[in-house]
Amino acid sequence: MASTFEHSSPAVCPACSVTPAAEALAEAPKDARLMLSLPGIHCAGCISTVEKALAQVPGVHEARVNLTLKRALVDAGPEVTAEDLVKVVESAGYEAHELDPGVLASTAADRSAKDLLMRLAVAGFAMMNVMLLSIAVWSGAEGVTRDMMHWISAAIVLPAIVFTGKPFYVNAWSALRHGRLNMDVPITLAIWLAVGTSLYETIHSGAHAYFDAAIALTFFLLAGRYLDYRTRASARSAAQELAAMEVPRALRLAETGTPETVGVGDLAVGDRVLVRPGGRVPVDGTVLEGTSEIDRALMTGESLPAFAGPGTAVSAGEVNLTGPLTVEVTAAGEDTALHRIADLVAIAESGRNNYTSLADQAAKLYAPGVHILSALAAIGWYLYTFDLRISLNIAAAVLIITCPCALGLAVPAVTTAASGRLFRKGMLIKDGTAMERLAEADTVVFDKTGTLTMGAPHPVGLDDLPVDAQGVALSLATVSGHPLAEALAGALRDMGRQPTPLTDLREVPGYGVEGKWNGRPVRLGRASWMGAEAPALTATFLQIGDEPPQAIPFTDSMRPGAAAAVAGLKANGLRVILVSGDTRGAVERFAAEIGIDEVMAEALPDQKAARVAELAEQGARVLMVGDGLNDTAALSAAHVSISPASALDAARVASDMVLLGKDLAPIADAFETSVKARARIRENFTIATVYNIIAVPFAIAGLATPLVAALAMSSSSITVSLNALRLR
Amino acid sequence: MEILLILIPVSLFLGAVGLVGFFWLLKRGQFDDPEGDANRILNGDYDDKPKR
Repeated sequence: MASTFEHSSPAVCPACSVTPAAEALAEAPKDARLMLSLPGIHCAGCISTVEKALAQVPGVHEARVNLTLKRALVDAGPEVTAEDLVKVVESAGYEAHELDPGVLASTAADRSAKDLLMRLAVAGFAMMNVMLLSIAVWSGAEGVTRDMMHWISAAIVLPAIVFTGKPFYVNAWSALRHGRLNMDVPITLAIWLAVGTSLYETIHSGAHAYFDAAIALTFFLLAGRYLDYRTRASARSAAQELAAMEVPRALRLAETGTPETVGVGDLAVGDRVLVRPGGRVPVDGTVLEGTSEIDRALMTGESLPAFAGPGTAVSAGEVNLTGPLTVEVTAAGEDTALHRIADLVAIAESGRNNYTSLADQAAKLYAPGVHILSALAAIGWYLYTFDLRISLNIAAAVLIITCPCALGLAVPAVTTAASGRLFRKGMLIKDGTAMERLAEADTVVFDKTGTLTMGAPHPVGLDDLPVDAQGVALSLATVSGHPLAEALAGALRDMGRQPTPLTDLREVPGYGVEGKWNGRPVRLGRASWMGAEAPALTATFLQIGDEPPQAIPFTDSMRPGAAAAVAGLKANGLRVILVSGDTRGAVERFAAEIGIDEVMAEALPDQKAARVAELAEQGARVLMVGDGLNDTAALSAAHVSISPASALDAARVASDMVLLGKDLAPIADAFETSVKARARIRENFTIATVYNIIAVPFAIAGLATPLVAALAMSSSSITVSLNALRLR
Repeated sequence: MEILLILIPVSLFLGAVGLVGFFWLLKRGQFDDPEGDANRILNGDYDDKPKR
């Protein structure tokens, strides 16, 4: 009986089963580890300023800045939120974004990078010792001494090569199992053929042992692999970082009407969510209560805010401007329009992945070529001498001398140097081949709102207003949190105006602000509110008494570095096009201001993507720069794409490179760097090929002593790395 | 040539010491923020809460 009673209790009171859990959560507040991205820090002064500012926040136990990763890790009590910390850092004068440490804890990636580094260290240790012993052999050790040197080398190299070469063996085996050849097959074959013949030679007191060459080959290749891995790991963490940048939270209204902060993932259809003015709508839904204006710029590219009242459908990603809205959830999390678009983008992206990089092209030529060459050499020598030992020795020499280590280093060394340079300039490269694709671009398509502009308007023509009207406008504007009102208030204050005292000030959410001035009603707000005709431009209206309303037009302020980026790209001979969802007048005026001749206005999201596809069909390689959800399709359709840090996460995920700061100027730099990087990669391939052309005849002729092999390998690898370093 | 019997083990031992030292540094996180550490020495501030 008792057990039945206990069983039924959760059904009787659903809240009972939830409450203890909630209490447990509330009672045991855990210290939080918060992570901030700081794209702007660069010096010792920045470190101490940011750390001091963070340490002064009550509740923060410890704050540590990592300059290499441009991040701050903060240990703080549960009452501290990342939002507060971002504000603190921003008031200290540095740009900051919140990162989700849970997503960033890419322990698996870290572990394999450390694993590669450990193998590299072991290979380096073994190589140095074996080289030391080999010097004795090269300088003429004979007989028992030579044998002893060979045996010691074998004792060092055998365990070392089994351990350090594992990544190559695993890759080679998986390629062979699927009936393919990759770079790792000739590498594995070369290593084991060299070790095998050397061991045989050592047992029979032979003169030539290639232990040093085998371990040196492994060392150089591991170095290339490690660099490659680091670029890719940073690319992967970039994608994670970007997903983490927008940490989604929502204010859910409980039955009693009290709001509680929950993760967006915990919301269900039918929940009611409070969206405060200035907040981003976390879900798709319908407005139940409240009137306001919503900024749809990220979704549609319109710079003019739209009216929202009961019954208006809102989507995730839109920004609520003036009044609080209660929204009933119709779709949350994975089902929102925003997520569906992100999924579409993922599908579009997978279609683009068939790009063949320069490294792949080289590997395709190289792998079969080397095998055929060494097999031919072995067969030729066998037919000539009928001595299997000599022919195998020659085959090993050919495989080692054709040294894929320069090829293995050619691309990763360059991409590491180039992406390091771009990271310092404020750009993250998310995709390994993005740099090569960027170098091929000949057309640039820019989005306007939020990309070339800050997405923040500023008023123009304020001098046309009478001085007392300016004072009235200032007092009205200070009441509202609407971005147009804030911009207007800021601009008027900068002009030195003082607010005129007004009475009965109140905000009418969704419409504007009204008050009384010397007994006359005054209003600042939407055109329709005052019966004026809405103009094509972004504008707010001021009405004093019965006078006709006066328009105060706004233009969007240009992003810093936008003009420099456009000019830089044009100077490099690229065709620059502006495509925007905004009205024709606004777009054309802006294009003239920034110096872009080709314009496409009032473009819908699919029209943007279609325009990019059309350009691609005409043979253009398009670089798309955009930030909004309406750009994501175009971003993934383009040959290569860039988005600013302020972009919506869907757009950042869709693009290949991300700007870390507000400045757009690194785009032109990135293009120049990528062109240089591609040239360096080509040079490196040429260097490696020239080495092979010189060295291979020696190997086939049987003249490749271990000394020649060691010299050829080291010098080609070092030349290639130094050539790559010229990029920094 | 008997000297080799001493020198080779000694060189191997010294190399191994370096290798173990490198692993130790890697584990201690000495390579986590090389740029930051290079800049921190220029910092004139006193550390009020040094790590123990």
